[in-house]
Amino acid sequence: MMTNPNGIVTQGQFSFLPPLTDTQITAQIKYALSRGWALSVEYTDDPHPRNTYWEMFGAPMFDLKDPAGILMEVNNCRKTFPNHYIRVMAFSSVRGVESPTMSYIVNRPKNEPGFGLVRQETDGRNIRYTIHSYATDKPEGERY
Amino acid sequence: MTDKIDIQALLEESHINEVLDALDKNLVGLVPVKQRIREIAAYLLITKARLQLGIEAAKPSLHMCFTGNPGTGKTTVALKMAEMLHRLGYIRQNHVISVTRDDLVGQYIGHTAPKTKEVIKKAMGGVLFIDEAYYLYKPENERDYGQESIEILLQTMENHRDDLVVILAGYQDRMGTFFKSNPGLSSRIAHHIDFPDYNEDELLQITKLMSDAMHYNLDTNASKAMQEYIQRRKQQPHFANARSIRNALDRARLRQANRLFNDAIQNKKHATAADLSLITEADIRASRVFTNHKITDNKTG
Repeated sequence: MMTNPNGIVTQGQFSFLPPLTDTQITAQIKYALSRGWALSVEYTDDPHPRNTYWEMFGAPMFDLKDPAGILMEVNNCRKTFPNHYIRVMAFSSVRGVESPTMSYIVNRPKNEPGFGLVRQETDGRNIRYTIHSYATDKPEGERY
Repeated sequence: MTDKIDIQALLEESHINEVLDALDKNLVGLVPVKQRIREIAAYLLITKARLQLGIEAAKPSLHMCFTGNPGTGKTTVALKMAEMLHRLGYIRQNHVISVTRDDLVGQYIGHTAPKTKEVIKKAMGGVLFIDEAYYLYKPENERDYGQESIEILLQTMENHRDDLVVILAGYQDRMGTFFKSNPGLSSRIAHHIDFPDYNEDELLQITKLMSDAMHYNLDTNASKAMQEYIQRRKQQPHFANARSIRNALDRARLRQANRLFNDAIQNKKHATAADLSLITEADIRASRVFTNHKITDNKTG
């Protein structure tokens, strides 16, 4: 029953902290830019922890120098998907591929129903456990 | 918290005088422009002091419009302006993103907004320089997508005043019509700066500056020829002030290279360093401007 003190999904950085303010997000973006990382904004309404690939909100921003442009995109995404999970990711190209270096949630649904534990009976009365997000019972786009 | 502020210290820490001095030294003529920039610099410095003392609450609007004929130094001044604003702390990045209509306006429905936003995102924190801004608005085509771009720009200029400074540039008369049809844009621009044309003496001075920068010398006769060239070139269409001078010099360099090349092959002459950097009268007089053919395109030399 994936519960935690706040009753919210905890993925990526800063997720046990209170929601980041715009100033704090700007500071994080600034840090990423100072390391030469590219940033992107992604969203989803499937909070399952194994859901690694979220939808991209526009292409990753490779040639921006100032955090204001990225924050603008975050706010655009919030406006478009006010009730989705939105995260900011940073990518480093040092290894020759764009590898994620940062990922933090900047927007979440007002009401997060959480996860249920599903038990599957298999051979020899064995039980397999998995988790199931209540939100995904509804079709995509109508979940929150 | 004191209610006194040391303007001298503010001036020194921003090193803004260096920018203004460089502007004076590297730009020939343009006296009214330099005057206006000094005024703006002083105003911004005082506003900064007022902000620090809490008299002023909001940052001033910094959007500008540069009008003037081609080759009068609008882009050069925009770069200096960005440096100045950066040093005074009004913009966070010392970068100028220079765009024209093609970078902002899309080809089909729904293409313009993302394109404009992309450019704005890139320019955030610095200066967005829109060259030939009047092209954005095409009154003869009511389905033109330029209007959409203007609306997005307007919105950004208002909502992201702290993040972005927009400088529009273009010919004066066309910019006049442009602003008349977009009154919202005109009222959001705090500073209109007009760039006058250069006179002949100033153009000759520019020639000197440019050839020095390229490490070339013009001898006395070549300078005289250049003077005559400027007089003639000014009468012809598509005269683009300093840019025409640059083009003329580039072509003179070509001819000089050709002359040295032929000398070396035919007369087996060795060239000295002085020869290599000398532009002679002949190099300039070979220009088509000195022949009496009527020239209509701007690729004249």
